[in-house]
Parts: sequence; structure tokens; C-alpha cells
Amino acid sequence: MAEENKVKLHGVWASPYVKRVEIALKIKGIPYEFAEEDLVNKSQLLLQYNPVHKKVPVLIHNGKPICESLVILEYIDETWKNGPLLLPQDPYKRAKVHFWTSFVEKELLENVHLVVRSEGGEQEKAIKVVFEKLKLLEEGLKDLFQGETHHIDGENMGILDIVLCSLFGAHKAQEEVLGVKFIDPEKFPLLSSWVTAFIEAAVVKELGPPHEKLVAVYQFLRQKTLQASAA
Amino acid sequence: MAEVKLLGFWASPFSDRVIWALKLKGVNYEYVEEDPHNKTQLLLQHNPVHKKVPVLIHGGKSIPESSIILEYIEETWPQNPLLPQDAYQRAMARFWIKFGEEKMATICAVFRTAGVEQEKAIQEATKLLKIIEEQGLGDKMFFGGDGIGLGDIAFGWLAYLYEVVEKVSAVKVLDADTFPQLHAWIQNLKEVPVVKENLPDHQKLVGHLKRRRETHLALLNCHN
Repeated sequence: MAEENKVKLHGVWASPYVKRVEIALKIKGIPYEFAEEDLVNKSQLLLQYNPVHKKVPVLIHNGKPICESLVILEYIDETWKNGPLLLPQDPYKRAKVHFWTSFVEKELLENVHLVVRSEGGEQEKAIKVVFEKLKLLEEGLKDLFQGETHHIDGENMGILDIVLCSLFGAHKAQEEVLGVKFIDPEKFPLLSSWVTAFIEAAVVKELGPPHEKLVAVYQFLRQKTLQASAA
Repeated sequence: MAEVKLLGFWASPFSDRVIWALKLKGVNYEYVEEDPHNKTQLLLQHNPVHKKVPVLIHGGKSIPESSIILEYIEETWPQNPLLPQDAYQRAMARFWIKFGEEKMATICAVFRTAGVEQEKAIQEATKLLKIIEEQGLGDKMFFGGDGIGLGDIAFGWLAYLYEVVEKVSAVKVLDADTFPQLHAWIQNLKEVPVVKENLPDHQKLVGHLKRRRETHLALLNCHN
């Protein structure tokens, strides 16, 4: 591949943010090289490419770095226009997708992280908040899908599917380690069937990581939390 | 053309952003002033999830969240583009808009703190403003390049709101010597006719933020 067109993704296998970008690249059929970063010992290259946040993922295209997973997803959608679109064309539908993506990112994700990283009363509070937000999301999905059946296969995952997948794709591992069932089909039927659909999507299955590895990641994070509070 | 309505609040920089974008695009709209302490049915109906302003209502369709509204305006009314055509430049603009949003609360923490905490807040704010100045703005006249863009609109609060924040908090963070480029940008932005003619009344804003500052200080004293 010509140097100018080369696509390289700097990331780590365990990061759901990196996973978002990989899913998008695969859906669009864009060949890329993956560079595994060591986040404890960050490379000079990473610090050069992402001086502001010093984080992954970073996408390098035509030698230029793009940082922040959601910014990268939009860049991918705007640059590779053949193949499935990650965002709808219609501005109002786009706005709705942006709204719920922002909701998942800001309201759900942070609170789920809090559940992983806290214990006792603080964790109970965080769990309660997650359930409140999930309820709002379930309501929102009724409006978002508006009677149209939302099919997910490896062909048509969009930004909202990708972001939700990066959070709840690991829901079984979360359940196993945290002992909380967020994706409850009785409480949240639309959300549950949606999550099940994208977990089964070929592109998601292909990228993994497998259940056991996800469990290990959550166990590691949980242990860190408990050790920190014991110290 | 379908009717455009904006639900806003005079003191909200998020509201102002939308006004500037609509005016730069020459879009006619009806403005509805909301009272955050007495929210109307209209607001609750059009933003049931967050119940906040601004909300743009276009042909009956509701679009909440200022950054989402800005992109919607850009896509719906393509005249006078506020984002670059090039995908990479657009990504850069979006990166900085996101950065500004994520860091706004930290940059404004001087407003909610006092004493040692405020000293720390000043240092944090200075660090972030330096990043914005050196890596976001750089040598450009505007975040958008030669002309005003969504980045300038998103950072606009730095140009008029922050000085009020500093005044009522009795601090100085964004001074001309430490931030020469940001200062030049502030002067340039304030000269853009749409911005110049659509800033909230300075004295009114001082009074409003002074009262809010007093509330914060009272809360801090409660916890001592």
C-alpha cells in the first residue's frame, strides 16, 4: 500500500475505545496495521501523535494523527464514503444518533466505570444511577427506532451501535465479575435484544476479545479498586 | 421554509453559541427565553431527557445539546460554512470542540472554589488554557483559520464569559502577558459583527454570576 494511503491504528487490545475504531475500519473494509502500545511505558511515537491526551486510540492516515475515538469514527465515515455509512445522511437523524451516542458516552459509560471502581455505598449509588440511565435509554430507543426494526449485522453497524457495543458488548463479563445484571431483558427488552444482536455480529465476534479475557480484565480492574481501598 | 425556534437562556453561553451560528448562516428564528427555575412545558416536552437549554426546534423537530445543534445547523444550512471541507481539518476542529467542552468545568473551577482549592484551580486552568492556546489556536487568527468557525463559536465563552467569572471570583487567569495569542483571538472574535451584536449585557452578567458565586461560597462555608 502506498505510504500516503497507509492506515495505522495505535491501541491496546483491552481498550473498548480502540475496539470502536477497529469495528469501524472492518465495517468499511479498510485494511490497517495495528500497533500495540504499552500504556505504562508510553512510546515516543504515541506522545508525539497525541501530545494533548497521550492516550489510545490514535489513527494515522496519510501520516497524520487523529485522536479521540468518536472524532476518529466521524473522520472514517467522511473519508471512506463507499461502503456502509456509520452515520445517517439526514441531519435530524444524525442529530438523534449524536444525542444518544453522547448520552451513552457521558451518562452511562462513566457510571458503569464508577460501578467497577467503587464499593459499598458509593457502588450502590452508582448502580442505581446506571439503572436510571438505562431506563431513559430504553425509552429513547422506542423513539429512535420508531417502529422500524433495527437490524444489526456485520454490514450496518453505525456509530451508536459501535459505542453501545464497546460498553455492553462485555455485559456478560460485567455480570460475572460485578454480580449486577445491567442488560436485563425483562427490564429493558429493546436494549437487550439490541445488545444480543451486535454481540452476534460477525465483525464483533471476529474482533473479540473472548469472554474469558474480558472477565480477566474486569477482575483485574476490580482487584485494583479493592486493593486501593484496603491500602 | 420550516419554522425555527430556539429555547434559550440569556446568561447561557451554550445558548449564545446557537444564536451566533444561526445569525452567521442568516437563518431566521424565534427566540423563547426560558427560566431555568421555572421550566416551561415546551422545554420539558422538547428535551425530556436533560430538561436543559438550548433546544432548537426546526419544523417541530427537537434538537437539544449545543454541540449537536451546531453540527445540525452546519449540515442543514450549508451557506457560510463553519467547518472546513477537508475531513482531517474537520477532525481537528471536532477534537478541539470536544476538548473545550470536557475541560470547561475545570477551567471555570475558580468560580466554585476559594482559598487553597482556588489556587489549585487557577493552576489547572492555566495549564489547560496554555494547551488550548498553543496547540488548538496556534498561530491562527481564529480556531477556524482565517475566518470564524464552529471551534471559535464553541470557545466563545472564553472571550466574554470568562472575564466575568474572573471578576466575580477575584482572580486573573487569562491575562494578556501569559496568553498573547488567546488575547488577540478574543479581540478578533469580539469584532466579528454577529458576535459583537449578540453578547449578553456585561453588567447584567456580572450581577447574575456574582449571585451564583455567593451561593457557591455559602455552600463551601457550610462544609467547613
